[in-house]
Amino acid sequence: MIQFLKYLKAYYILSGLLVISALALIFVFGLKFGIDFVGGSILEVNFAQRPENQTIQEKLKEFNLGEITIQPTGDKGVIIRVREIDQDTHQKILSKISEISETKEERFENIGPIIGKELRQKTIILIIVSLIALLCYIAIAFKKVSFPVSSLQYGVSSIITLSFDILITVGLLAFLGEFYNVQFNIPIITALLTILGYTINDKVIVFDRIRENLLKHRGADFDSIVNQSLNETIVRSLTTGSCTLLVLFSIFLFGGETLKYFALTLIVGIVIGTYSSLFLAAPLLVNWLKWKKMKLRR
Amino acid sequence: MRNKNLYYKLSFIIVLAILCGNFVYPNYFNKFSDFLKLPRIPETPFKLGLDLQGGSHLVYEADLSQIEEQGQEETMAGLRDIIERRVNLFGVKEPIVQIQKERLIVELAGIKDVSEAIKMIGQTPYLEFKEQRSEEETQKILAKQKEIEGKTQEEIQQIPDWQLAFEDPYFMPTLLTGKYLKKAGVGFEQAVPNPIVLLEFNDEGAKIFGELTSKNIGKPLAIYIDFQPISTPVVQEEISGGRAQISGDFTLEEAKNLARNLNAGALPVPIKLISQQSVGPSLGKISLDESLKAGIFGFLAILLFLVIFYRIPGLFASFSLLIYASIILSLFKLIPVVLTLAGIAGFLLSLGMAVDANILIFSRMREELKEGKTYLLSLEEGFRRAWPSIRDGNFTTILVGLILFYFGTGFVQGFALTLVIGNLIGMFTAIFITNNFLRCFAGDKSPKWLFLWR
Repeated sequence: MIQFLKYLKAYYILSGLLVISALALIFVFGLKFGIDFVGGSILEVNFAQRPENQTIQEKLKEFNLGEITIQPTGDKGVIIRVREIDQDTHQKILSKISEISETKEERFENIGPIIGKELRQKTIILIIVSLIALLCYIAIAFKKVSFPVSSLQYGVSSIITLSFDILITVGLLAFLGEFYNVQFNIPIITALLTILGYTINDKVIVFDRIRENLLKHRGADFDSIVNQSLNETIVRSLTTGSCTLLVLFSIFLFGGETLKYFALTLIVGIVIGTYSSLFLAAPLLVNWLKWKKMKLRR
Repeated sequence: MRNKNLYYKLSFIIVLAILCGNFVYPNYFNKFSDFLKLPRIPETPFKLGLDLQGGSHLVYEADLSQIEEQGQEETMAGLRDIIERRVNLFGVKEPIVQIQKERLIVELAGIKDVSEAIKMIGQTPYLEFKEQRSEEETQKILAKQKEIEGKTQEEIQQIPDWQLAFEDPYFMPTLLTGKYLKKAGVGFEQAVPNPIVLLEFNDEGAKIFGELTSKNIGKPLAIYIDFQPISTPVVQEEISGGRAQISGDFTLEEAKNLARNLNAGALPVPIKLISQQSVGPSLGKISLDESLKAGIFGFLAILLFLVIFYRIPGLFASFSLLIYASIILSLFKLIPVVLTLAGIAGFLLSLGMAVDANILIFSRMREELKEGKTYLLSLEEGFRRAWPSIRDGNFTTILVGLILFYFGTGFVQGFALTLVIGNLIGMFTAIFITNNFLRCFAGDKSPKWLFLWR
């Protein structure tokens, strides 16, 4: 049997470090919101011979496009991100850059400010509704109160660890946004909400085991019950996690540009979620209980 | 008794698997049935989204500020019809034109020249009235048309007055266009059982219309929308009040449509392209291939994992996953679900989760076997104890999935739909298919082989 609770300090230090670095990444780099939130245009073209980014920048100078992000993709492709442009400008840009070498337009997305605003509002509603639903679920799932931990404590501990999962993932996205131009867009939000729905389960299953064992071995030490429960669920958590991860890795590696970072977000979220349900959720309960006892003694 | 029941269930599973498998991929069966002269399974293709087959998703906003509140819906419907007609000219397969309040959404799958399409859609609908040409003119044009028949462009240009051949031989344009129409509506007349279409011109239009009708009593006056004749009513008398009616053998539906078309032609609401997403056909093809590749590798990896870690039960779980995949893909074809990249991602993710249910059952079963219980008892006990976790686990994901579906847009909905379908079928396969597979071996109690099950 693994003695999970022996290294509590190590878990807290590791988790603390992760939280600090995630926060630092988010505050330093910020998030690169995608055009579906802020409006703008994405133009993907394949060149017969891919030019330097600088050459494209020069060509686009006359259009007064503000900030232009140019990113190579595939063998000969380039993704150009600019502010929102109309159909006329779009055509002019195309003919201008085809002066460099023969081009073929692969993709063009243009989201006006109105649609951008709408999507932003809709997404905020989506996030709020999902969070409320999950909170309700947590409240219902832990309604059956069990001694010595109250249902509220189970609930609070799951919410803390869920926030941890999301925070770390978003931190990584801030990093990817800065260095790999990964956009924080609607697919990423979808992935984050899916992570919530998925990892809440890991937590519920660990807590369910604890409750089950508490009933089975009445009077046993809470620490050892938690430890036993973690030992019983770890195999399940790891195998389930790994099956989902197998698929996600496959999407990440072979699934193409659009799904790549969507899959990566899910991978990171699920790994962190599995970690936090084993090494954070239950230890938090144990420490909470200890802290309460100490307060009682005083 | 229970055995008999099990056989029924197993035969049901096998029939279901064969049906779904062949429906998803009918090629082999159809070769076989061609050989035996049996009926073929219909080859239903998957419905692919624009991101996988290439195409354009355009969102227009109509400027309704000049239109009264009640007329807005009608105007939008008219706008849709006009644009539908224009879009049909591009030869795009199953174009979609939808209204959402003041928005118009146009989806053109597999279109090659998007900018040309955008140009054509952007034109405001054009209504015009045409009067009949004199017999003499008609003959002249028809003769000219005969003259140019079978000649090349260059030869035609040698003929004097060759332009005449390209005119409409029966009708000629008049001054009266949609510019002067105030509005059109549907009405009924006491003497006539069929509904009629009412036209109302503005002052200037009324004057032109008056002259036009006095000139053409007893003759047809053609109404064209976007250069296509819509109706050719015969003028009964001079009309001076700026009001006209088109009577004919209209059904109510037809009359409404015509009025709507006229309104659309008469009220050129400016539309503005506010959002555009276009994917070239080659990028779509690449995305499709890549996501299929991802799916196949992911699937194989899971099967391998299951067999290595759970041996025989893993093998059965693999079988039930295969059936799971064929059921889901059949549903995608039947419903039909429009498959996008997001949808494929949702499906694959649900595949990973479907394994979860199997694993939960197996690990509980292993625990029971280790305690020395018999195979059947372990199976039943393991299943009973795994059920709450399976139920709760799928429930949270389905809950989030449903919220994503109802409150989300585009990408989110595609993902959520396949994820939810996948989760539901995943639960079914674990509970019904894997479970019954494992039950087949209840009779075999040989402890020698039991290690393969642990």
